[in-house]
Amino acid sequence: MHVSLPTKRSTRAAVALLAAGALMLTAAGCGGDDGDTVSGGPPPNTVQLPNLKGQKLQVTAVWTGTEQENFTKVLKEFEKRTGAKVSFVPSGDDMAGFVGSKVAGGAPPDVAMVGQVGVMREFAQKGWAKPLDAPARAQLAKNFSKGWQDLGSYQGKPYGVYFKASNKSLLWYNTSAFDYAGAKVPKTWPEFLKEAQLVSDSGTDAVAVGGQDGWTLTDWFENVYLSQAGPEKYDQLAQHKIKWTDPSVKKALETLAELWGTKGLVAGGRGGALHTAFPDSVTKTFGDKAEPEAGMVFEADFVAANVADAGAELDQDAQVFPFPAVGADAPVVTGGDVGVALKNTKAAQALLTFLASPDAGTIWAQSGGFISANKNVKFSAYPNASMRKIAQALIAAGNDFRFDMSDQAPASFGGKPAQGEWKALQDFLKNPRNVDGIQRQLERDAAKAYKN
Amino acid sequence: MSTATADGAATPGRASSAPPANGPSAKKPKSVMGTRPWLAAVFLLPALVLLGALVVYPIGYSVYRSLFDASGNGFVGLDNYQEMFSDDATKTAIKNNIIWLILAPTVSTALGLIFAVLTERIRWATAFKLVVFMPMAISMLAAGIIFRLVYEQDPDKGVANAMWVSVHDSFSESPPFPGAHPRPAAGTTESSSGAYTTNATLKAGSPTSLPLVAAKRDDISDAQDAKAAKPEAGKVTGTVWFDFTRGGLGKEGAIDKGEKAMAGLKVEAVKDGKVVGRATTAADGTYTLPAKAEGAQLRLPAWNFSEPYNGIDWLGPSLVTPAIIGSYVWIWAGFAMVLIAAGLAGVPRELMEAARMDGANEWQVFRRVTVPMLAPVLSVVVVTLMINVMKIFDLVYIIAPDPSKDDANVLALQLYQSSFGTDVNQGLGSAIAVLLLLLVMPIMIINIRRIRRESRR
Repeated sequence: MHVSLPTKRSTRAAVALLAAGALMLTAAGCGGDDGDTVSGGPPPNTVQLPNLKGQKLQVTAVWTGTEQENFTKVLKEFEKRTGAKVSFVPSGDDMAGFVGSKVAGGAPPDVAMVGQVGVMREFAQKGWAKPLDAPARAQLAKNFSKGWQDLGSYQGKPYGVYFKASNKSLLWYNTSAFDYAGAKVPKTWPEFLKEAQLVSDSGTDAVAVGGQDGWTLTDWFENVYLSQAGPEKYDQLAQHKIKWTDPSVKKALETLAELWGTKGLVAGGRGGALHTAFPDSVTKTFGDKAEPEAGMVFEADFVAANVADAGAELDQDAQVFPFPAVGADAPVVTGGDVGVALKNTKAAQALLTFLASPDAGTIWAQSGGFISANKNVKFSAYPNASMRKIAQALIAAGNDFRFDMSDQAPASFGGKPAQGEWKALQDFLKNPRNVDGIQRQLERDAAKAYKN
Repeated sequence: MSTATADGAATPGRASSAPPANGPSAKKPKSVMGTRPWLAAVFLLPALVLLGALVVYPIGYSVYRSLFDASGNGFVGLDNYQEMFSDDATKTAIKNNIIWLILAPTVSTALGLIFAVLTERIRWATAFKLVVFMPMAISMLAAGIIFRLVYEQDPDKGVANAMWVSVHDSFSESPPFPGAHPRPAAGTTESSSGAYTTNATLKAGSPTSLPLVAAKRDDISDAQDAKAAKPEAGKVTGTVWFDFTRGGLGKEGAIDKGEKAMAGLKVEAVKDGKVVGRATTAADGTYTLPAKAEGAQLRLPAWNFSEPYNGIDWLGPSLVTPAIIGSYVWIWAGFAMVLIAAGLAGVPRELMEAARMDGANEWQVFRRVTVPMLAPVLSVVVVTLMINVMKIFDLVYIIAPDPSKDDANVLALQLYQSSFGTDVNQGLGSAIAVLLLLLVMPIMIINIRRIRRESRR
């Protein structure tokens, strides 16, 4: 785990995989409790599906291991209800490459679960993806907020169903460190800084930052920027309609510098943070219960897996709170996997209809390691309090969430190690006083990547 | 073709024997070049096709591709080359390639030479050679992962730092409160070395107290409660304490009930840059300095708070390239040793014996006899390694962590990063490939000349 994986996607996939695995283990560990919770109960039956007896369907996704197992449960239920036969093909990390080669060969899979919004748009633009039919659209409209519907659309037409979501606006804290310091859960950025200072004064560095992986830093920036500058500016910056030299970016960087540039708030100092890979930042926070190296760590719901790896118990040793509000509202930055049809068949559309229903979401939610953006998936379906809280925060955001900005950007700016935004923010972590220089660096790289 | 027929012109009717349908020509054995050029061509064909498809065509296509833009449709002339040379990443890559080219082959060859000469003399030579040669059996990728761990910063994980730290720590005693520091509001200045000096001056009879924070739980858990120092006539006194109450309820800068004393801290009184008094805080956090500390500033030396020594930042921006070269040497020194040892076996013993008889010492024998005799082998090893090093990629790709990947960049890595992935420019990548080819060329030419010279001998 010390060797960081070369791509963001694979890291996340691995991490998410571990998350699912870990949650399975904890679920299994609880043994007797399982019967009492809703987890394991039969899923609701709310959606009408056509009879597809004898039809064959191929689905591809990046998921492997436990995630694949849980997704297979969802597919099994679909088979039971429709009589179709569904086969699952793991795509590997490069979904665009995999689907591209299959399309070129004339035999694309029926449905693909795509991890990046940019890739989905690319599929739609090339005509590989097919728009949703009426029943699927009806389910989508019933169960998803407009924000998620728009995210699955291209040029006004709905193409995709966000079946699996992740909430990237979370801070995880070590309960013993907070208890020793007498710190409380903060709601706003100034409160957050105050509590961080208190934790630091008590002798535990406040926040572990996994600065060796650039994507954790872009997620920090996105949360601060979304809350401070607001969703409109966020969208403009994501499309590079405003420059990175904009005063709003300056303000957000200065706000981040309040945390990154203050002695004792970043675990191991700034140099130490640059040597910390994402999994290590979680270990620093939860590895040593008696005297942790850091009190808090920031990242999405997949942190749950690393918490378990570090030997800590979710809900008990580790708890979670939403990213504090920097501006008027607390930010909700998300990621997610969107299902799109690559063949316009009745079976493919029926599967997307099913994935858009609360029935499908409930099945995986009960198995753990899964957050649904479907507002009709009952919170009681989640196996523990932390996951429930994360899901609630995601649904409560309504339309006011935004998709991970760096995942929307061209890969050379937002998605590659040692270049673009990843590198610039690492340089910023190294020297948080150099706001103007970093802005110029970001703008130069962005202009090159967006070609405008 | 024309030369071939010209050679055969001595024999009348040769030209007519060239067509393939000519049966009787088989009866007249001729020299290969002189007869049946089509046969020569048939025999050459597989090699030509393979060479053409696998070497010539890719080179030609790379050159051609380097003149086009990212999509491959728009002709851009030499723009890719211009972009390449104006890019800082490529400049760093070229610089690093030069460092690699100089350091890696010479160090590997020097070590190989030393190993080869020394193993000649020892009893377990084969076993030793086996051990040194062993890394050659490990793939570059695996070696990269191994060295990523070796160079890990945390001394508990990285072998390199574990050794370095244990050597370092055996010469120093451990500080009382690593990581602690005064409250920012306490009116102190931090020096670059990490010592804190009060801005106010000390006064006899009026205690000067200093609030600190961020003491580690283990370090403070057994401490007594802090006591305010009593004013003593003719003496400078004060308290150093842990100014932290759970929940931030205490008053900052005041010794609240239950706040702990920080014992064992070294304090100094500094006047005009000179230390005029020294003390160590007592169990209740108080210190007493002599009267001459009056008017001086209170200083807490950096030693009090120094974090446990964390070793060298091997994979930081400045050391990353030498560190990776170290891993390369680990792999290739064995290769150099084996070749040199083979060359050494061919060196006539009598020459060395003769030199020794003439009174040369071992160093002189090595320097004046062995090395010159080995020169051809040494140059083969160095040139081979140089060509090998030009295209170095895997070790850098794997060992360098993201934040210092830029600083460790080499041309092959830059080529890969600009060519493969979703949002890339293969035109630029091809331009880098062409540059790499041009840079390898001189070494190839030297190598080919040398081979020719040797075959002529």
